[in-house]
Amino acid sequence: MQIGIFTVGDVTTDPTTGRTPSEHERIKATVAIAKKAEEVGLDVFATGEHHNPPFIASNPTATLAYIGAQTERIILSTATTLITTTDPVLIAEDYAKIQHLTDGRVDLMLGRGNTGPVYPWFGKDIRQGINLAIENYALLRRLWTEDVVDWEGRFRTPLQGYTSTPRPLDGVAPFVWHGSIRSPEIAEQAAYYGDGFFHNHIFWPASHTAQMVRLYRERFEHYGHGSAEQAIVGLGGQFFMRRNSQDAWNEFRPYFDNAPVYGHGPSLEDFTQQTPLTVGSPQQVLERTLSFREYAGDYQRQLFLLDHAGLPLKTVLEQLDLLGEILPEMRRGFAEGRPGQVPDAPTHASLVQAAGGPMDATVHVEGDSATGTSDRDLHDPEVARILEGEL
Amino acid sequence: MDRSITVISAGLSVPSSTRVLAELLGSAAERAVTARGEEVEVEYVELRPLAHALADHLLTGFPSGDLADAIDKVTAADALVVVTPVFSGSYSGLFKTFFDVLRVGALEGKPVLIAATAGTARHSLVLDHALRPLFSYLRALVVPTGIFAASEDFGGGAVDGGLRKRADRAATELAALLGCSGQATVRQVARRRSVDDEFAAPTPFEQLLREASDGDTVR
Repeated sequence: MQIGIFTVGDVTTDPTTGRTPSEHERIKATVAIAKKAEEVGLDVFATGEHHNPPFIASNPTATLAYIGAQTERIILSTATTLITTTDPVLIAEDYAKIQHLTDGRVDLMLGRGNTGPVYPWFGKDIRQGINLAIENYALLRRLWTEDVVDWEGRFRTPLQGYTSTPRPLDGVAPFVWHGSIRSPEIAEQAAYYGDGFFHNHIFWPASHTAQMVRLYRERFEHYGHGSAEQAIVGLGGQFFMRRNSQDAWNEFRPYFDNAPVYGHGPSLEDFTQQTPLTVGSPQQVLERTLSFREYAGDYQRQLFLLDHAGLPLKTVLEQLDLLGEILPEMRRGFAEGRPGQVPDAPTHASLVQAAGGPMDATVHVEGDSATGTSDRDLHDPEVARILEGEL
Repeated sequence: MDRSITVISAGLSVPSSTRVLAELLGSAAERAVTARGEEVEVEYVELRPLAHALADHLLTGFPSGDLADAIDKVTAADALVVVTPVFSGSYSGLFKTFFDVLRVGALEGKPVLIAATAGTARHSLVLDHALRPLFSYLRALVVPTGIFAASEDFGGGAVDGGLRKRADRAATELAALLGCSGQATVRQVARRRSVDDEFAAPTPFEQLLREASDGDTVR
């Protein structure tokens, strides 16, 4: 069982002080949170991707590479990588690159993104969200698994004899999760490929999450990747804890009441009842988290959202300390009664092993002496005249 | 039970003339369907107690408790009777919010009897200027006769005289629409698959792949 955290990188005013951190502070805080996550023994740190204020989560691969250089063990992931508006060619390059830099400590979670205005900035249309996710991912897989790709599709320029570099580390592509809140088509996609399926979980009633996870599990089995209970499931989660439950409620309430997503809506009491949000003592957080299995089945990855709603860095780090304290018991709880045939989440090491060992996938190509390959047609008489200085 | 009709009432006061009209129309609909030799169950959804849950839904994106039940009931009904008070020359915000949070396609092909109440008959065109376009957009089958009741319609002999007669005419039209296969036909023509359909019988991924690059399907 992998237990970790994810961030969406929002810059939010602390409602108790009225203070808003600068982008610089928030970016540095994200790094501090990731390092702390490793320090307290967590398995995964995942960052979101946004291309608009009030977020600092653009360029996730730079952030992950920077964190990767300062950590040793924690798996670096995303929550989510925008498969709709990001060119799959760039995703293939970027994540293969971080694989190499971090010695395989990377996987990614694909999502469509729900911010309408973002799509046209990247030349896309939100109404094509599902189709973009499906076509782009089909191409992304080919870029990682085939050395030379000829491709033609609907949403990007065709590719002829294209090789994505670097090739995946040890010849094995990063493991992919597909995240979706309410699109059955994405659960179907994850199941078809035998990839992981992640449900955001945190803003939704359990019945909602259960329905999506059940569909993914059934279809995973249908496509012959194993039994339904062997499907690879991840869930989000959200808590605020203090040693004394009432202190947690008092301290968190103003953050909840003013939170960008659900603030000024349902009461904290209602929302903790209707969604997985847990406010209380470490013991209460532990028990609630272990109860997710009752409707999602035994699963592989639990990620918590902790740095949100304007909570100051100091508070977030305290939350991580408390999570670290209950972590051994949480792991024991997840292991208890877990059937032997339920696998762990794939890691780079397990994928390499399954592939029969590491393989150097480097593609060696002869190019011209100056640039590797030339963008100039040397047989064109006009080009020749330019090169000779005549034009 | 052969048929189910759900009556939605958006009155705010207790007792409200909107609720009075809703019950009058509910009974008329029951009589009209029974007269055609079919059994019918008429249920009422009062929006006032759902006001907070509706505001929460706008922010959270999911319905809680009683609101979820009301949405399920309305979605599953064979026909609807909808009654709103007139606020600022149109249906009330509470009334509109309920229809804003229904799932896409929930009312497609469903027979709907539209009705409104107001303090003065000068608001009567609200039916044709506000309610009818709303339910046309939602692709419901709106009954030709809409029912508008002002304060004067509830006074003295007016109920027996005009209002009840109009109610019976609208209810008869509703019952007739209920008897035809409008809902199935509209659904078939729209060829829309709901999220519920996807959960019940997922589109195979090979087909999703083809559609993604074909360009004729928007998902």
